[in-house]
Amino acid sequence: MIFYNPLKYLESKKNSAGWRIWGMIEFKNIRKSFGEKVVLDDVSHVMETGKANLIIGQSGSGKTVLQKCLVGLFEPDEGEIIYDGMSFTDMNVDERKELRQQIGMLFQGSALFDSMTVEQNIMFPLDMFTKNNFRDKLKRVNEVLARVNLEGVNKKYPAELSGGMKKRVGIARAIVLNPKFLFCDEPNSGLDPQTSMVIDKLILDITREFNMTTVINTHDMNSVMEMGENIIYLFEGKKEWTGNKKDIIFSKNERLNNFIFASEFLQDAKDMRMLEAKGKISDDRDMDELLKGDKLD
Amino acid sequence: MFTRPENMRMYWKELMHQCVEIGIGSLGIVIIISFFMGAVSAVQTSYQLVSPLIPLTTIAQIVRDTVILEFAPTVVCIVLAGVVGSKIASELGNMRVSEQIDALEIMGINTKSYLIMPKIAACLITIPMLVVLSMVLGIVGGRLAGAATKILSTDTYDMGLILNFVPYNVFFALVKAYTFSFIISSIPSYYGYYVKGGALEIGRSSTKSVVVSCVMILFADYVLAALLLNK
Repeated sequence: MIFYNPLKYLESKKNSAGWRIWGMIEFKNIRKSFGEKVVLDDVSHVMETGKANLIIGQSGSGKTVLQKCLVGLFEPDEGEIIYDGMSFTDMNVDERKELRQQIGMLFQGSALFDSMTVEQNIMFPLDMFTKNNFRDKLKRVNEVLARVNLEGVNKKYPAELSGGMKKRVGIARAIVLNPKFLFCDEPNSGLDPQTSMVIDKLILDITREFNMTTVINTHDMNSVMEMGENIIYLFEGKKEWTGNKKDIIFSKNERLNNFIFASEFLQDAKDMRMLEAKGKISDDRDMDELLKGDKLD
Repeated sequence: MFTRPENMRMYWKELMHQCVEIGIGSLGIVIIISFFMGAVSAVQTSYQLVSPLIPLTTIAQIVRDTVILEFAPTVVCIVLAGVVGSKIASELGNMRVSEQIDALEIMGINTKSYLIMPKIAACLITIPMLVVLSMVLGIVGGRLAGAATKILSTDTYDMGLILNFVPYNVFFALVKAYTFSFIISSIPSYYGYYVKGGALEIGRSSTKSVVVSCVMILFADYVLAALLLNK
């Protein structure tokens, strides 16, 4: 068990402000370098319960390293990671193992076990950590497969599935033990825009349904606009900006704007959205006419 | 690596799976090479024994002792270092590169213990068995080759087999088999588990693991011979 002392346990449920919060992840002053290269530099943030928390940034900005630090695949050089008020950094091996059973993760390449069928892949955490009989485990596997809209593929191998199906199996495996925390590393990489939206919506629905703390790494703008309830933008390993998807539209952070609205079309769309918010243009505007004109200010 | 298993039943299942993969999977190649090793050594020994004063039973004795002391444990293990070693290194390397090991870590599973220990244990269980089988098949191969080429009769061969038999040689062969089994499983596991990069690096680490394992087997062979056979 992670918690041995009941008083320490209750105390542990307080965040730095003294509030007791369940399912919260807080990280303070995280610093990580590989040799001379500093990948994360003094990054702090709070990942909120029941929300999709997004880590966004360009390639090489430190998103994946931050997420790997959060789940313990990398050890940060400095800083502290706190799960539910308990310092992950100070936990011993057994306590970490206990906590990790509360964590589900969807990997960029899905990371399904090649030699196992879909059913065996999803059943694996149940086999390892529960004493349920086969019938109960199979029932649970079918439940989560139905939840990700992927029934009838139990006996297929990962090689027989499409990219989107693999992601959904990955999500099913991640949620099969009812975790409190869900981590997704670039859930849309390699998927077409339509399938990406389906995966995004699924992650968002699951997050709300099970009141999970979901942390998503992405540089997909559709995902940001679909799911961004609590966003942290990393630039060259530092926290550059934080907010939600609505704040992005009105952000004056130049680096963030250059990243989010990289294309001229998106920049124009943002400008129009701002004018619309200020009441300077109406909803029945002629889009073609506006896009043909000079850049709006 | 040596922590309490998360679920003993799953570890046992994995051990049995590895025993089948390594033991049964290598059975074919071991049968073929053992049989022909014995056959060829019988024919070549007879070719080199030109003096009519040396009895034909000596051929059987030489085949028996070379097969038990060297061919069965060392040659078979060098072949297994290629077959089993490359399989272990590439399997673990592929799991590392495709983040399957990370996925197991996230689940709270001790991956070194779950992935490597059953492989080492399976090698320690099955490879000595394969070596014993190889001894028997090598001797049978020599017997059949001797009879087929009319070098010596099966009765003469059988008589030679029991002459001056030293049971300690079988013990020595088993000591070598256990040592080589550990080398065959642990070195490729290390190279596979810590691979970095992509498909090319998996291939490289697999090749390197086989080369290092073969060199270590030969080195260990010399050390064991110097320690255990030095009168």
